[in-house]
Amino acid sequence: MTGFRQARWNEPSIFKVGRTKSHGVCSPFSSEDQKMGVDALTRLIPKNLLRRDEPNLPALSEVDVVRHFTRLSQANFGVDNGAYPLGSCTMKYSPKVNDAIANSDKVHWIHPHQDESTVQGALEIMYKLSQWFSEITGMNGFTLQPSAGAHGEYTGALIMRAYHRERGDLERRREIIVPDSAHGTNLASASMVGFHVVVVPSNEKGCVDMDALESAVSERTAGLMLTNPNTLGIFEENILEISRIIHDVGGLLYYDGANLNAIMGKARPGDMGFDIVHLNLHKTFSTPHGGGGPGAGPVGVVEALEGFLPVPTVGRDGEHFYLNYDHPQTIGRVGGFYGNFEVLVKAFTYVLSMGGDGLSRVAELSVLNANYLARKISEIKGFSLPYGSGILRKHECVISCSKLKMDTSVTAKDVAKRLLDFGVHAPTMYFPLIVEEALMLEPTETESLEELDRYASIFAQISREAYEDPTIVLNAPHNTSVGALDEVKASHPRTFCLSWRMRKKQQERKP
Amino acid sequence: MSHPYLSNDPADIRRKLLDAIGISSVNEAFSDIPKQVRLAKSTSLPKPGSEVEVRREVERILSNNVTSKDALSFLGGGVWGHHVPAAVDTLAGRGEFLTSYTPYQPEISQGMLQSLFEYQSMMAELLEVDVVNSSMYDWASALGEAARMSARITHRNEFIVPHFLSPERLAVLKSYANPIGIRIKEVHQSLHTGQISLEALKEEVSSQTAGLYTENPAYLGHLVHNVEALAEIAHDVGSLFIVGVDPTSLGVLNPPGRYDADIVVGEGQPLGNYVNYGGPLLGIFACRNDPQLIRQMPGRLVGMTTTKDGGEQGYCMVLQTREQHIRREKATSNICTNHALCALRAAIYMALMGGGGFRRLGEHLFSITQYATQQLSRVDGVRTPVFSGCHFKDFTVNFDRTGKKGVEVSKRLLERGIMGGQPLERDFPELGDTFLYAVTEIHTQGDVDALCEALKEIVEA
Repeated sequence: MTGFRQARWNEPSIFKVGRTKSHGVCSPFSSEDQKMGVDALTRLIPKNLLRRDEPNLPALSEVDVVRHFTRLSQANFGVDNGAYPLGSCTMKYSPKVNDAIANSDKVHWIHPHQDESTVQGALEIMYKLSQWFSEITGMNGFTLQPSAGAHGEYTGALIMRAYHRERGDLERRREIIVPDSAHGTNLASASMVGFHVVVVPSNEKGCVDMDALESAVSERTAGLMLTNPNTLGIFEENILEISRIIHDVGGLLYYDGANLNAIMGKARPGDMGFDIVHLNLHKTFSTPHGGGGPGAGPVGVVEALEGFLPVPTVGRDGEHFYLNYDHPQTIGRVGGFYGNFEVLVKAFTYVLSMGGDGLSRVAELSVLNANYLARKISEIKGFSLPYGSGILRKHECVISCSKLKMDTSVTAKDVAKRLLDFGVHAPTMYFPLIVEEALMLEPTETESLEELDRYASIFAQISREAYEDPTIVLNAPHNTSVGALDEVKASHPRTFCLSWRMRKKQQERKP
Repeated sequence: MSHPYLSNDPADIRRKLLDAIGISSVNEAFSDIPKQVRLAKSTSLPKPGSEVEVRREVERILSNNVTSKDALSFLGGGVWGHHVPAAVDTLAGRGEFLTSYTPYQPEISQGMLQSLFEYQSMMAELLEVDVVNSSMYDWASALGEAARMSARITHRNEFIVPHFLSPERLAVLKSYANPIGIRIKEVHQSLHTGQISLEALKEEVSSQTAGLYTENPAYLGHLVHNVEALAEIAHDVGSLFIVGVDPTSLGVLNPPGRYDADIVVGEGQPLGNYVNYGGPLLGIFACRNDPQLIRQMPGRLVGMTTTKDGGEQGYCMVLQTREQHIRREKATSNICTNHALCALRAAIYMALMGGGGFRRLGEHLFSITQYATQQLSRVDGVRTPVFSGCHFKDFTVNFDRTGKKGVEVSKRLLERGIMGGQPLERDFPELGDTFLYAVTEIHTQGDVDALCEALKEIVEA
């Protein structure tokens, strides 16, 4: 059922491609130094600052470089190659028109210190995008400065800190509450800002356990960070009660926007009582993930917190757009300039393409697709859908392989590796932590019914293989550019190797 | 009509999905949202647009930008317009790279992993430091993380920086340092040479110093001459020595690994990445090959390994026990999504340039900067650079003796299609009416001459 074979180039390290020492390789610019009439560098630069030898970089012709990286791209897998239902990552299709527009001189060649009159286009995009995000989330104002979701969380945590400090309450309010199903970033972000993290358990439906929450809150509570729908793909049905409990003790409610895709146009965090929201433009708003970034993590706040936003935001005065530094209690800056503008242009294009109506259809189809897949896979022998039995999921679902493991010793990781053999990407593994042998699937709204059927049928085949003769599953993957990698050795203190330099030294040390 | 991005939007497909799930309408799938907060139609968002309409609209808005291709720009100061070789766009734009996620499944993601390993490796050669992570957001956040890392390692809470530091970078540093009680101390620099006085510095460092930070070249473009002495002073009190670099200088300048830097940060944007109104950029983060440092490092690291059968070489993310998805609240940092694609672009750029290319680039940048300061200082009353000595890319231009205000000069330049430097007076009043200008290899001597001509006309008018 698969003709998938990923390219196997056994591409050597770039340090082993081409010649070993530079001769005649030209840098891609011309230079006229000799005619400039300036002193020789050896006279201008203090001797101790001069580099003796050229940097030890490979010496390649352009065609060598192009072939090397083209081959490497063929040993990589993206949404453009096939289904990528990596849970919590919202790997939807990234429309090409977004990239086409962003790849223009009008985006690439403007500098952050240019006079405002020369960047009116950029500012208009940022202004309108902020307005739209406020509309979508029910917030009052947005900063576009954070570069990623976790960066947004850090910004939000700083705002919580500044808010409590302003009220003279920070000494007391040292605790941030998170559910046990939370993303690791929530805990890390809160702790980076100096808060203590208090974890509350989930109930049998996979939602926040309300009794546990009641007993966790106190005058020490600075806030609660919540993903809704949560990482099990289940909407927190008690959200209004949660909001009341947190606000009653004087805390703030933070919305982790990783899962906004499920409810866009259907409900707004602001209406549920959230005070701070971060978005992941590389998830919900279709900007490509780029192999790990750059993304963008804008943060929105309710009116009472607008003064705390990082500076500058973008303001409008009639037809003129300007950088607005008027945030009296600002937390300062979290990034060098105004955010990942190139990414913002892609998200802006996406919102224009989808429109308000399209965005709510995104939510509908992401939910229908996830439930369809959850239904199909959980009916396959060895797989189950724990927590919230009979409850519809939102945009993602978490399948447990624990029965499969018990019956056949095939683990979630084995299933994931075997999936790769069919030219699809695996789900997120072993998360959330509250599900044993977890595989977290988020097909997104852009996968077709046929692709979902195919994905489920691969699960069915893997199940058959596992119960009949698991060898092929246990030794997977077989069709990728390399076979199963030794990740333990890769991180072992005696064998880890983080650069070609380290490798050379390690080899020299060996007899 | 169904939307082209939504495969299952047609009514008959929706029906199939609904039937399989066992609900009669899509609204049932949202019935768990409390009624009070369910949204009626939102109105203030735009209507869906076709590709033709959307493209025309966004390009109409963008046409209001004046780019450095429309006008001659001399802006720098932490992000610079450098030439981006065409091969970088072609290769980094490939969908297999562009639309992949963080390589959590290494066997199917070798392309990105090997590229990132090669980014780390080539950057390590430029810096002559063994360990480089696979990217931070930007120089500013890399510096913030470096301060935090220094504090974790030394269990101290003071971080010393030069006075003339990019105000944006300083603001970000404070956002990273202040919440956990790291104090930022500024050390005095001479108004004539820009150099840190070693005597003054010795007074500042103490057993509380977690890290001493210097940049070379410095924010205002001058070189820091006494880097070895700075390293020694830092190490003498048991502090770490952190160096910030612009990698385009490293074909000519001694790499920070040669003068005992413990941590190196910097801006990788000049390597194959555009200015993009300031983002995305590429934060460089590197450290010495010392387990104690590596364990405390933020960010993702790609390492070399083999297949389980030992037969083939491969790459995967390593030392993840430092990271948030495993260590949660005890992680070294919360960073996960980083700027991998910018690192890929830098890798391609470094491979295209080679060691010889970097040498030539660095020489050219030093030369064009000296040419610019020489020519500009011939304009009546213009003083450049303010600090003595050789500068790199960035240089200060002072207008105090021209009889004109610098902002007025900038306005007149803009009318002539020239974007002058950025004003420094608000942040550094002691420098007077001074602006920070920059040149790179995209400027010709003719461009510099045009700036001089324009300045002459304006100043002498």
